[in-house]
Amino acid sequence: MTLNDSSLVSIENVWFGYDPARPVLRDVSLEIPRGKVVGIMGQSGCGKTTLLRMIGAAMTPSQGLLRVLGADTRTLGRDGLYAMRRKLGMLFQFGALFTDMTVYDNVAFPLREHTDLPEALVRDLVLLKLEAVGLRGAAQLMPSELSGGMARRVALARAIALDPQLMLYDEPFTGLDPISFGVISRLVRSLNDALGATSIIVTHDVQETLGVVDYVYFMADGQVVSQGTPQSVDGSLEPFVDQFVHGKPDGPVPFHYPGSSFAADLALAAD
Amino acid sequence: MNRTTLDLWVGIFVAAGFGALLFLALKVGNLAAFSTAQTYAVHAKFANIGGLKVRAPIKSAGVVVGRVTDVRFDNESFEAVVTMNLGAEYKFPRDTSAKILTSGLLGEQYVGLEAGGDPKNLNDGDTLRLTQSAVVLENLISQFLYNKAAEGGTDGKTPGKEGKQ
Amino acid sequence: MAGAALRGLFERLGAAVTARIWRLGFASRFLFYLVLHSGTALRRFSLTIREIYFAGVLSLVIILVSGLFVGMVLGLQGYHTLQRYGSSEALGVLVALSLVRELGPVVAGLLFASRAGSAITAEIGLMKATEQIAAMEMMAVDPIARVVAPRFWGGVISMPLLATLFSAMGIYGGYLVGVKLIGVDEGAFWSQMQAAVDVREDVLNGVIKSFVFGFAVSWIAVFEGYDAPPTAEGVSGATTRTVVTSSLAILALDFILTALMFTGGNGL
Repeated sequence: MTLNDSSLVSIENVWFGYDPARPVLRDVSLEIPRGKVVGIMGQSGCGKTTLLRMIGAAMTPSQGLLRVLGADTRTLGRDGLYAMRRKLGMLFQFGALFTDMTVYDNVAFPLREHTDLPEALVRDLVLLKLEAVGLRGAAQLMPSELSGGMARRVALARAIALDPQLMLYDEPFTGLDPISFGVISRLVRSLNDALGATSIIVTHDVQETLGVVDYVYFMADGQVVSQGTPQSVDGSLEPFVDQFVHGKPDGPVPFHYPGSSFAADLALAAD
Repeated sequence: MNRTTLDLWVGIFVAAGFGALLFLALKVGNLAAFSTAQTYAVHAKFANIGGLKVRAPIKSAGVVVGRVTDVRFDNESFEAVVTMNLGAEYKFPRDTSAKILTSGLLGEQYVGLEAGGDPKNLNDGDTLRLTQSAVVLENLISQFLYNKAAEGGTDGKTPGKEGKQ
Repeated sequence: MAGAALRGLFERLGAAVTARIWRLGFASRFLFYLVLHSGTALRRFSLTIREIYFAGVLSLVIILVSGLFVGMVLGLQGYHTLQRYGSSEALGVLVALSLVRELGPVVAGLLFASRAGSAITAEIGLMKATEQIAAMEMMAVDPIARVVAPRFWGGVISMPLLATLFSAMGIYGGYLVGVKLIGVDEGAFWSQMQAAVDVREDVLNGVIKSFVFGFAVSWIAVFEGYDAPPTAEGVSGATTRTVVTSSLAILALDFILTALMFTGGNGL
């Protein structure tokens, strides 16, 4: 992928670590082109969620440049930050619905906070968003009465309430049954195209995600190790991609946790 | 819990809180008495005020007619100067006397006024001329012991043999 | 080596003290930010009213019942002690002054800390653990202004009201036991009380105390909740810390305030 102006998010040589001695992200560079659905995949702990949070400007890079919607996240003041976030929608891993409000109030929240629209108009918009995710009938339920899949769909409706330009998905498929899986993945695609938005999905669900995304980046140990279209990835000969995509237990990511040899532990080598 | 029920309960709560405050101020405290009444100030000098405190009552014939507002030490006459606010409706003659008394045996001290016979009344800022200080327990005891010792001496007996009468 | 062990102990002690001071500084900055961004809590007052309901109204039962019992015990104990000195008619004074000056603000404060304070900490801590706070931030809504500030001001407003209700209820309890049950003269009960309790010195100072306690408890509760680690143990630890720290703070502040207020006397 080449650097060009039609990128909604551009990440150039970014380094980051909560503890400067142990960087979580090492020299990461990637582009998210406008209008596409991009996947970022890797093992747990490879830094992909941290990267997503940095795109949402929750943290700033210790080195390198991170531009979101044209703005360098390090130069954003508080007002600039909030202005940028109004154009984003983020779906958290378990939905993160506000438990003290109904489904309706949850979806209405961004509308009520950021616009002065009259209640009648808010109502129409909320019902529209809920209809898009198929939960219009559940508007009066409380989050505790929803199943995991339904909660995530409501959170999705809330995330698209203000018609964002950029959608961020943090592990949207974790812990879902196959039907909800299919529902959410189809929604990600259809909403992206309907809104004319750009989407970034951070996940480690390979098969389902490859069917949804236009492009995919693979990360391991805080670095981008591979990238390509879903078709090129499937038949890739790169060892990491091969192991990851086909779910092989051993390969570049070792099966055994590093330590002394088994023989030494059983005290056999000593004799 | 919809909005209006919530507001109702909060309203009741706040109203009850203020009601309790009012109860404390009026029924329990002394807000009703002497805070807005008209008063005039009168001074009195005492050799010893004992335990008299600011806000102690001024009573005459047992009725509260005012409050002590200030207690100061006069460095020239070496006496205590007590300032009191008396209710405007109570007029006292110029030769009224002031005594520091104790309510009950161990109670708090107050100023008792006894009206004199002067046809002219006290004005705002006047000083009472006749005063009697508080009774100090230690002085009483030492006086008693001194009297007892003197008695023992005139009878020709030594103080140690007082027990044998 | 004993020397090394001793030095280790001192290092740990120093580290613990430094950590606490650092945390206090952090909590102070948090409070400052909170107060600065309380505009939303005041402009959209319905948010604060909701919190007054959860902190104040829902604490009413425990406050009123406890107040009644404390007052009744004061009446009983007070009578048995005063009667020995023939001053049983001063029961009203004893009950009223004890409650208005000390027991009202302090006991109500302790009860408030354990009921409402822990609830606030748990609520905010859980919101943080379930990423609701992060979600709000991502939606460009300041969670401190929207979630934390209303709970803080709700606590500050509720506390003095609860303390006053506690005192009033306690005096009624003392009246029930002293006058109705034991038979102290009703007139003497109220008249001596009215003579001894001064609105400015006693009642007002009690109200000031309860404001200070409310401020302290609310601050501790919201800070511990916001700072809690986003795990189950984290939230439960934060809730316990709220109750313990609030209780200690109330007792320490009570001493300081009492020394300032009630022993000022004639200046010397």
